[in-house]
Amino acid sequence: MAIFIDNKTRVLVQGITGKEGQFHSRQCRDYGTRVVAGVTPGKGGQKMDGIPVFNSVAEACLETGANASMIFVPPPFAAEAILEAVDADMELAVCITEGIPVLDMLRVKQAMAGKRTRLIGPNCPGIISPGACKIGIMPGAIHLAGGPVGVVSRSGTLTYEVVHQLTCEGLGQTTCLGIGGDPITGTSFIDCLQAFAEDPETQGVVMVGEIGGNAEEEAAAWIAANMRKPVVGFIAGLSAPPGRRMGHAGAIVSGGRGTAAAKLAAMRENHIHVCENLGNLGRLCKEIFSEVRP
Amino acid sequence: MKIHEYQAKELFRQAGIPVPDGQVCHQKEEIPALVASLNLPVAIKAQVLAGGRGKGGGVLLANTAEEAQVAADKILGMQLVTLQTGEEGTEVKTILFEQAIALKKELYLSMLIDRERADIVIIASRDGGMDIETVAQQTPERIVTVHVNPLLGLLGFQLRKLIFDLDLDPAVKKPFTALVKKLFALFLDSDCSLVEINPLAITADNTIMALDAKMEIDDNSLFRHRKIAATHDCSQDDVLEVAAAAHGLNYIRLDGSIGSMVNGAGLAMATMDLIKQAGVEPANFLDVGGGASAEMVENGFRILLSDPNVRGIFINIFGGILRCDILARGVVSAARKVDLSLPVVVRMEGTNVEEGRQILAHSGLNLTSAHNLNHAVSLLTAMVP
Repeated sequence: MAIFIDNKTRVLVQGITGKEGQFHSRQCRDYGTRVVAGVTPGKGGQKMDGIPVFNSVAEACLETGANASMIFVPPPFAAEAILEAVDADMELAVCITEGIPVLDMLRVKQAMAGKRTRLIGPNCPGIISPGACKIGIMPGAIHLAGGPVGVVSRSGTLTYEVVHQLTCEGLGQTTCLGIGGDPITGTSFIDCLQAFAEDPETQGVVMVGEIGGNAEEEAAAWIAANMRKPVVGFIAGLSAPPGRRMGHAGAIVSGGRGTAAAKLAAMRENHIHVCENLGNLGRLCKEIFSEVRP
Repeated sequence: MKIHEYQAKELFRQAGIPVPDGQVCHQKEEIPALVASLNLPVAIKAQVLAGGRGKGGGVLLANTAEEAQVAADKILGMQLVTLQTGEEGTEVKTILFEQAIALKKELYLSMLIDRERADIVIIASRDGGMDIETVAQQTPERIVTVHVNPLLGLLGFQLRKLIFDLDLDPAVKKPFTALVKKLFALFLDSDCSLVEINPLAITADNTIMALDAKMEIDDNSLFRHRKIAATHDCSQDDVLEVAAAAHGLNYIRLDGSIGSMVNGAGLAMATMDLIKQAGVEPANFLDVGGGASAEMVENGFRILLSDPNVRGIFINIFGGILRCDILARGVVSAARKVDLSLPVVVRMEGTNVEEGRQILAHSGLNLTSAHNLNHAVSLLTAMVP
């Protein structure tokens, strides 16, 4: 078991003929993901490494039964690409694209209310259920299948670091996902925590946050009220200066809000096991999760 | 991206939002001719991107031509220190002469993105001309907020809420409504992340006028706002940050002594935190991108070495798909090209990591491999006495 994706997930790639789209479609397929279709308007009928390319998402879904989309469309057109996946009633859209204008994402977020599609991202590394399915740009080899840990993060390479440490400690993962570094994203920490709480294989969760916004504070409050499984928390950006955007569009302390200190305090108040030092995260998880290993 | 008041007011003018008549001045020699052409009284305003300039002495009022000349001479070229500039301040390279307006009342009006609700929030107050954070803290009942769904746009009842809650004189309802609508359209058309008018004046003859204008444009949208992007004033940014941006590097300068070069923003922040936890101060944030190509590493080295405070460098690359032998060769060749003499700790993960470490060890350069983050931190603390 895992959350959101498993070995039955059928993936189409929007922007499959671009450089990134080609490279990562191959990587995902080599990992074992069922990459069943690609979409590039105007290139319908072609093939990319044997994967059929279609002109529209709707057509690709109809022909191949794809139920999840991985989006590599450039920023000016990415918001519309997400909406095309929503319009085709896909179960899942994973948007990797970084640099989508915020107003575009406001409209996407509002337009998605009440729709079936779950959006992960944008500006994210994607999602992987080790050994079953990988939709995204993360290196598959650092993961260890079989659980018991779920990982949710706002970052990319920082997530790889966390997963690598878990794997080195012999702690496998059920599902790892990055929800994105933008101010407006689809799936939230709470959505993921809820899914991990309901997933029988996941016995504990690592939650990796960063400065900006108050998603971590909201998640911490939710955990205190609803989560029975242990959660280890880490926040990046304790040393970040206020008022500066730290790489990610959403990573900014503004008007004294969104600080790492406030997020860590909220985690502590709500009985989350806070990891102070990134170098010790794997060891701390081993300690916390060893009691819950199946 | 922040733009100057005079640039924002130009966009206001084009959008039909009333602003006072004004003249921009960049050179001291232009001052006498400009002063002679002005209707008095006049406000002289420093054009800097940092806030709080009034308190720092960057805004003066002149009733006579002589006063205007003296004030302009004083402000143009001064090092303006505000709460947001730091001690060294920022040089005033442009001033705005602006017609002083006889006003009855000052309001506050701003629009910004609410990331939690994924909408646009309009904030207004009858207490214009004051620090809005203070108003919000001390008299929250005098703050009016309206949340606008970007798909629906600004609705009639929302405009009415603003008018009633601000207790506006019936005579100014019409011009106020027109202004809010135009400002909201400008917010959307220019992809703003913030517009703020403080104060928004109700004049003696019941018109509405924006006396100040603060505008921030979403960086991600600049590809569709080439004209606005071209007005960006780099002279107010750190020189190294400007140079880094030209290479497509995500760099923020800090005042510590340990430089870092990392792939990915989250890991770069966490790496700065590790440096700080080790008891030394980070010199920068630098994200060379997920791929960490040899060219990016070389450009990164050049930026870090241009900062005289940097005493040692920590390279933290989590490659994954990236091959560490290729990365190590890139680091070695970049270090040779830039004549690197500072100590460097390299921590990398990915395929062929052992081969990569061998390449660093046999390079003859001051490059030390760390086996993991904790090892890297202990090497760093040893690096700076």
